[in-house]
Amino acid sequence: MIDLIQMIVNGIAVGSSYALMGLAMVIIYKTSEVPNFAQGEMALISSFFAMMLLTSFNISVYPAFFLTFVFAVLLGVFLEFAILRRAKEPNVLGMIVITIGIEMVLLGFVSWKFGAEQKTMPFPIGPYDSFIIGDIFISKLEVLTLVAALLLMSVLYLFFKYSKLGLAMKATQQNSVAAQIVGIRTNRILMMTWGISSLVGAVAGLLISPTIMHPFMMWDPMLKGFAAAVMGGMTSLPGVVIAAYMLGIIENLFGGYVSIEFKTVVAFAIIVLVLCIKPSGLFARHYVKKV
Amino acid sequence: MDMKRDYYEDVQLFTSPVVIFWFSALIGALYLFPLFAGNYYVYVANYIAINIIVAAGLNLLVGYTGQISLGHAGFFAIGAYGTIILMIKAGFPFLLALPCAAFIAACFGFLLGLPALRLEGPYLAIATLGFGLTITQIIGRIEFFGGREGLHAPDITIGPWVLDTDKEFYYLLITLTILLLFFMRNLIKTRAGRAFIAIRDADIAAQTMGVNILYYKTLAFAVSAFYAGIAGGLFAFVLKFIEPEIFTLMMSIMFLAMVVVGGLGSMMGPIVGATLLCWLDLKLRNILDIPYVGEWLEQLSRHWFSITGVSNIQYIVFGSIMIAIVLFEPLGLYGIWIRTKKYWRTWPF
Repeated sequence: MIDLIQMIVNGIAVGSSYALMGLAMVIIYKTSEVPNFAQGEMALISSFFAMMLLTSFNISVYPAFFLTFVFAVLLGVFLEFAILRRAKEPNVLGMIVITIGIEMVLLGFVSWKFGAEQKTMPFPIGPYDSFIIGDIFISKLEVLTLVAALLLMSVLYLFFKYSKLGLAMKATQQNSVAAQIVGIRTNRILMMTWGISSLVGAVAGLLISPTIMHPFMMWDPMLKGFAAAVMGGMTSLPGVVIAAYMLGIIENLFGGYVSIEFKTVVAFAIIVLVLCIKPSGLFARHYVKKV
Repeated sequence: MDMKRDYYEDVQLFTSPVVIFWFSALIGALYLFPLFAGNYYVYVANYIAINIIVAAGLNLLVGYTGQISLGHAGFFAIGAYGTIILMIKAGFPFLLALPCAAFIAACFGFLLGLPALRLEGPYLAIATLGFGLTITQIIGRIEFFGGREGLHAPDITIGPWVLDTDKEFYYLLITLTILLLFFMRNLIKTRAGRAFIAIRDADIAAQTMGVNILYYKTLAFAVSAFYAGIAGGLFAFVLKFIEPEIFTLMMSIMFLAMVVVGGLGSMMGPIVGATLLCWLDLKLRNILDIPYVGEWLEQLSRHWFSITGVSNIQYIVFGSIMIAIVLFEPLGLYGIWIRTKKYWRTWPF
C-alpha cells in the first residue's frame, strides 16, 4: 500500500515537469497551430543561461532567475519575429521542420558552448532535500514543481478566459483574418505568445536542472510533455495537465508493477493507443476538418 | 515547354537519346567508381547509398502522400535487426533474409498506417515519433536481439562469392539502390502513385473520386517502411555491428531533413538531399581537420566556447540548413535546380 502511494506521488512529481512543458507547447499551438519541437531546447538554453549567471558572473539567485525569465521571453519573441514569421507558405510539415531546425541549432549551440558533460546547477534547493510524511518521501523540488505547474495552469487558464490579451490570442487562433479586421495586431499577439510560452518552458527547465543538467536533459520532458499535450487535445490547458499527471502516474505504476525496463516507452505506447481510439485527444471537443 | 500529349509520354522512362546517354554514363561511372577510389570513399558511397534508399522511401510517404513520419529509424532498426537475426538464428541466406526483414518492417508500417488514417499534423507526428522510440527501446531490452551489447553482422555469401570488403558490398548496394529507385519512379506513374498524390493534394476530393483512402494510405506507409527496412538491412553490413543506440530520434529527424532539404515530391530531391547531408555529416564529425575554417573554429572555441563540444557544430549547420530551406525554398534543392534550368532555357528574356 505504501509502495502504491509512493509510486503515485512520484508519478505526480514527474508528471508536473511534463505538465509544464506540455503547457508551454499548448500555449503556442493554441494561438498559431505550430507544434513547437524547439520548446525543450528553448528551456535548455534558458537554464544554461541561469547557470552561467550564477557560476560565471556570481549573481545571486533571485536576480539571476529574474534575468533568466527576461532572457526566456526575449528568446521566444526573437524566434517568432526572426524565423517563424518569415515562413512564406506555412503548412504543418514546414513548421515541424523549422522548429526541429531551431531545436538543433539551439542544442548545437548549448553543447558547443558548455560541452556535453554533466553540470551541476547551484539551485537554492538541492535535489535530495525532502519531506517525509508518514512513510512517503517527496523532495522539496518536486513539491515546488507541482505547485508551479498547478499555479501556472490556473493563471494561464484565467488569462486565456478573462483577460483582453488572452481573448485576443484565442481570436487569432480561431480566425486570424477576422481578428485583424476587429483591430487585433495578430503578429504582435503571436510574438507575445512565444514569449509567454518560452517563459513557462524556462520555469520547467530551471526546475529540472538541479537533478539533471546536460545538453540532452530536455528531450525526455519535452517529448513526454508533447505526448501529454497531444493526449489532452493540444488546445486545452487543464487537459494537458491532467494528461501529464496520468502519463506520469501510469509510467511509475508500470515501472513498479510490470517492468522497470519498459518504463520510459509506455507513455508513447499509451499515446498511440489513445490516438487510435480518440484521434483528437481526450479532452478536446470533437475535431472537425474544414474542407 | 514540357507539354505532355499522351499517356505514354507521361510514363516513359527516357524522354530523349541524350537522357539515355547521360544516364548510361552515370550508371557506368557508378560501377567503375570503386576501381579508382580508395576504401574510405567507397565506405562513404555505401553510407550515402543507404540513406538515399531510406530518403526515397520516406519521400513517397512525406512528399507524395503528404503524411508525416518521425519514426523511420524504427523501420530502419527493424530491417537491420531482422536481417541479422534471420541470418544468424534462422540460417537464412542474405538475399532471402533481407526482403523478409523488409517485409516485417512493411507489416509494421501497415500497422502504423492504420491509426494514421484518422490522424494528421502534430497528432501523426507524435504517433510516429512514439513508434520509433518504442521500437528501438523494445529491441534494446530483449536479450534475443542482443540487448545492449548489440549484434555482429555475419559475412554475406551470394552463391560462390563472399562479400567481405566494402568494395564488393558496394556493387550489391549500388545495384539494389538503382533497382529500388527505378521501382519507385515507376510506382509514382501508376494508378497507385496518382492515388498517393491525390491524397496529398485533397484527400476528401480523392475519396469522392473513388480513391480508397484506407488502402492507399496504408500502402504508402508499408512501401515506405519496406524501403527503410531494406536500407536498414544493408546498413547493418556497412557498420558490421549494430546496437540500439544507433537508431535514435535524431536519425529519424535526419531522414526527414534529407527529404525536405532535397525537395519534397520529386525523384531527384531525396537523392541530392541524402548525398549532401551524409557528406556534411561525415565531414563535420572532424570539423577541426577542415583547412582554414578548422583552425579558426579551434581558436574561437578556445576563447568563447568549449573545445570538447566543438563537434556539436554539426547540429547548428544541419538546423540552419533546415530552417533556410523551409524559409527560402520550400521545394528544396530540387526547386533551385528547376528554377535555374528555367532561367537558362529562356535566358536572354
